Amino acid sequence: MSAATTVGRRRRGSELVLGLLAVVVTAGGYVLLLLADGPELPPDLWMILGAIVGLLVFAHIAIRRLAPRADDTLLPLAVLLNGLGYITISRLDRDLARVQSLWIALGVGAFVLTLMIVRRVSLLERYRYTCLFLGLVALLLPLVPGIGYERFGARLWVQAGPLNFQPGEAAKVLVVVFFAAYLVDKRELLAAGTRRIGRLHLPDPKHLGPLLLAWGVSIIVMVQQKDLGSSLLFFAVFSAMLYMATERAAYLIAGFGLFVSGALIAYQLYGHVQVRVSTWLDPWPVADDEGFQITQSLFAFGTGGFAGTGLGLGSPEKIPNAPTDFVFAAIGEELGLLGTAAVLIAFLLLVGTGFRIAVRADRPFSQLFAAGLTAIVGIQTFLILGGVTRLIPLTGITLPFISYGGSSLVANFVIIALLLRISDETAARAEAPARRTAVGGRR
Amino acid sequence: MNRAIRRVGYACVLLVVALIGQLTYLQVFAADRLADDPRNVRKAIRDFSRPRGDIITADGQVVARSVPDDADGDDFDFQREYPQGDLFAQIVGYQSFVYGNTGVENEYNDELVGRDLELDLRNLPDILSGKENTGNVVLTVDSAAQALARDLLAGERGSIVALDPRTGDILAMYSNPSYDPNPLAGHDTIAVQAYGDLLQADPNKPDLPRAYRERYPPGSTFKTVTASVALETGLVTPTEPVFPSISELDLPLTNATLSNFGGRSCGGNLIQSFRQSCNTTFGQIGLDLGESFIPGMEAFGVYSAPPLDLSPGAASSGGPPPGSFQQNQPLFAFAGIGQGDVFVTPLELALVGAGIANSGVIMKPHVMAEITDADGGAVRSFDDGSWRTATSPATAQTVTGMMIEVVENGTGTAGQIPGVTVAGKTGTAQIAEGIAPHAWFLAFAPAEDPQVVVAVLVENGGNAGNDATGGEVSAPRARQMIELLLGR
Repeated sequence: MSAATTVGRRRRGSELVLGLLAVVVTAGGYVLLLLADGPELPPDLWMILGAIVGLLVFAHIAIRRLAPRADDTLLPLAVLLNGLGYITISRLDRDLARVQSLWIALGVGAFVLTLMIVRRVSLLERYRYTCLFLGLVALLLPLVPGIGYERFGARLWVQAGPLNFQPGEAAKVLVVVFFAAYLVDKRELLAAGTRRIGRLHLPDPKHLGPLLLAWGVSIIVMVQQKDLGSSLLFFAVFSAMLYMATERAAYLIAGFGLFVSGALIAYQLYGHVQVRVSTWLDPWPVADDEGFQITQSLFAFGTGGFAGTGLGLGSPEKIPNAPTDFVFAAIGEELGLLGTAAVLIAFLLLVGTGFRIAVRADRPFSQLFAAGLTAIVGIQTFLILGGVTRLIPLTGITLPFISYGGSSLVANFVIIALLLRISDETAARAEAPARRTAVGGRR
Repeated sequence: MNRAIRRVGYACVLLVVALIGQLTYLQVFAADRLADDPRNVRKAIRDFSRPRGDIITADGQVVARSVPDDADGDDFDFQREYPQGDLFAQIVGYQSFVYGNTGVENEYNDELVGRDLELDLRNLPDILSGKENTGNVVLTVDSAAQALARDLLAGERGSIVALDPRTGDILAMYSNPSYDPNPLAGHDTIAVQAYGDLLQADPNKPDLPRAYRERYPPGSTFKTVTASVALETGLVTPTEPVFPSISELDLPLTNATLSNFGGRSCGGNLIQSFRQSCNTTFGQIGLDLGESFIPGMEAFGVYSAPPLDLSPGAASSGGPPPGSFQQNQPLFAFAGIGQGDVFVTPLELALVGAGIANSGVIMKPHVMAEITDADGGAVRSFDDGSWRTATSPATAQTVTGMMIEVVENGTGTAGQIPGVTVAGKTGTAQIAEGIAPHAWFLAFAPAEDPQVVVAVLVENGGNAGNDATGGEVSAPRARQMIELLLGR
C-alpha cells in the first residue's frame, strides 16, 4: 500500500525527516520555556512530546496512504509554525495552550479527513455553487440571532453547544473554490472583453455578475460584522485570483481603485476605521488609549531586539491579545529578529511551495485553486504581520498556524491538505498515463 | 495563467522583504529607543525580577538590599528593602514599580542590576557559575553623621548638608521630615499608591528632599558670596573703605529702606561689617557691585544646578535676573544680604562654603564613592573633579579669615569648638512680616586645613520661632556635626 513510485518514496522520506526536525525545534523550544521557570521539568513532558510526534506521524501516514506523491515540505512547515505557535501560546497562557492542543488535534483530524474526502479536486470544481452557497451561509451565520454573537468588537462567532467557532474561516476556503471554478470557466471571456467603450475592452457584464455578487455579499457581510481584516483579505484574494485567471493587469488596477474607494467610504462611515488609521500614522500621543495595543507591540519588538530576551524571559503578556492577533509581537520579544525572520522565511517557503504547486499543476482549475489557497495564507500573513509591526494599519486577523484560534487552525490545515491533494494529483498524472488506472484501483 | 501566478508569487516575496525591513528597523535601529521608552514597563519588570546590588554607606551599613520574594500574584521575584527606613530616603530614593526609581536607585540603576560594561567584564567568569553579576554602590555618606543630622532636626523642619570640600564627597545630607521608602517599593499597586497619596497630601512634604531640591532665602550667610565678589572685583579691601555706621540704608528708586538686624546702627570696614553681619554695609556693596555682582554669583554656582549624582538631581538656585540692575537697583542691595531675589538650596550654600574652604574651587558634589562587584571588589570610584572656580585663592583666604572672626568674636560664637578653628557665617533670613525667619549657619573646619563643610537650615526658626537667629539656633547644631565628623 505504500507509495509505489520513486518520487513518492523520496518525498515521503524527506517529509518525515523534515517533520521530525520541526518537532525537535518545537520540543527544544518547549523545554527551554519550561527551564526558564525552574530547573525541574514537569513529569508529563514526555507525554506532550509523544503527542506531538504522534500527530506528525499520524498526518504523515495519512499522506503516505492518501496522497503518496504529494509535496514533501508543506507538512513540515505547518508543523514548525504550529509548534512555534504552541510554544508561544503556552508561554502566555497555559490554559489556552491546553485548548489549543485540542484544536491542533482537531486540525490534524480535519487535515486527514480532507485528504480522505477530497480524492480529486475536480469534485470541488463540480460542486462550485454548493460551495458558494455553503460559504455564504457560513458568512451569514454569525448574524443569525441566538447562535451568533459579538466578541472583540466583531460579530464573527457562532456558538453551538460548548463549541465556539468562526464560520468565516471555513467560508474563506469555500468561496475560493467557487472563485477558482468560475474564473477558470470564464477567464477567456473575462480576459478578451467583448464590449468596447472607447479604448477599453470590457467583458460582458453577465459574466462578471455572479462574481461581483459573491464578492459584494462577502464584503457587505464583513463590513456588517465589523471585521476589517477578513474583509480586506477576501477582497485581496479575489483581486489576485481575477488577475491570475485573466493575466490582465487592468483587473488589478480596477481592484485597487475599488479598494481605495471602499476604504475611503469605510473611513467616513466607521469610527473604528478612523481610529485604526490614526493609530497607525502616529500611535504615540494615544499610547495609553487607542494606541495601547500597537505601542505595546512595538515595545515588545524593540525590547526583543536582535536576539530576543529568551523564551520565558520577556514580558509578552503585557501585549493585549498576545495569543491571537499579536502573537508575532510575543515571538519578536522573546526570540528577537532572529526568531521573527525565521518565521517569515518559513511563511515564505510555505507560500512559495503553494505557488510552485499551482504553477506545476496540469489543469487550470487546480492551478487557480492552488494559487487562490496560497494567496489566502500569504495575504493573511502579510495583513496581520504588517499590522502588528505598523507597516500597514492594524486589522484584526489571525496569523496562520501560529495564533490561538481553533477555526483558523482547522481552516489552515484544510488548506494544506487541499494543496497536497493538488500536488499529488499533478505528480500522479505526470508519471504515466498508464498508471492512472492503477492509482484509481488502489482505493 | 502561470506568468500571473509567478508574478503574484514575486509580489509575496516583496511583501516579505518589506516586513523584514520593518522588523530590522524595529528590532535593531529603533530597538534601544523602544526598550527605554518610559511607557515600556518591560525594563522595569526585568529590573524587579532580578537581584539588585546593595547600597552601602561609607562605614559599611547596608541601606538598600534585595531579598527574594516568593509570593505569587505579581511580576516580581525580588523585594527591595531599606533597613534604615527614613534616614536615607532622600539620598537612596526607592525602586518603585508605581512611581519609578529615584535617588541613587535611579542614578545608578544600571550598575545595581549589573547592566554595566565594566561590571560585565569583571563578572565574566561568573557567567559559567550562574552567579548574578549585580553591582553595589558604596556611598560617601557616613551613617553616624546622617543619624546625627536626623537627631539634630528632630521635631523641626530643616536640612543639614555636610561635605568634604577637598573631594565633593557628601558626608551627610538629611532634611526633616523624611519618609519611609519601604512601602513605596511594595508590589501591591493599590497599597503603594495609597501610601504615595498620603505622602503627597502631607503639608510638611516629607517626600521633598529639601536639602537639594528646595530653595530658601539664604540671608546673611550669603554675605560670604557678596564679600568674595567685592574683594575679587577690587571694589573693597578688607580694611578699605570704611562704611558709615547707620541703622538703615536708603534704597534708590524707591521709598523703601534696608535696615540692620534689630534696628541697630553698624558699619566699619569689611572685616568689622562681616563680623557683625551688618546689613547696611552689604546692601551698599550690592548696589556698588551692580551688574558685576551677577557673574560673581554665577562663579559660585548660584545660577546653576549642582551636578549632584542623584536623579532627580539638585535644583538650581537663583539670584536677581541678569541685566536687571538699571530697572531694579534695590534688588541688588537685598541680594547683598541674601534676600530679595536670592534663593538657594542648602546644598548650594554648602558648596559656597566648600569653594571658600577649598581655595576657591568647588568640587563636584557626589554621594557615590565607588561601585563594587558582587564580591565587594572595587570596579571604579567616583571621578573627582572641580565643578567651578568660585573665586581666587587669595580672596578665599581673606573670607576664611573673616569667617573665623565671626565664630571667635561675632554672631557665630555658638559654633566654637575647643582646639579647632571653625570658620562660619550666620544667617537669619526674613521671609515676610509675621512669619518666623529661617535660621542658617554655614561653617567649615579646621579653618587652616578644611576637611568638613556644614550647612544647617532650620526652617522658620524651628522651635525658637520668631526669636530664632542663625547664631543661636543653627550654629550649635553645625558645631555638633563638625565635632562628629572630625572624630572628636
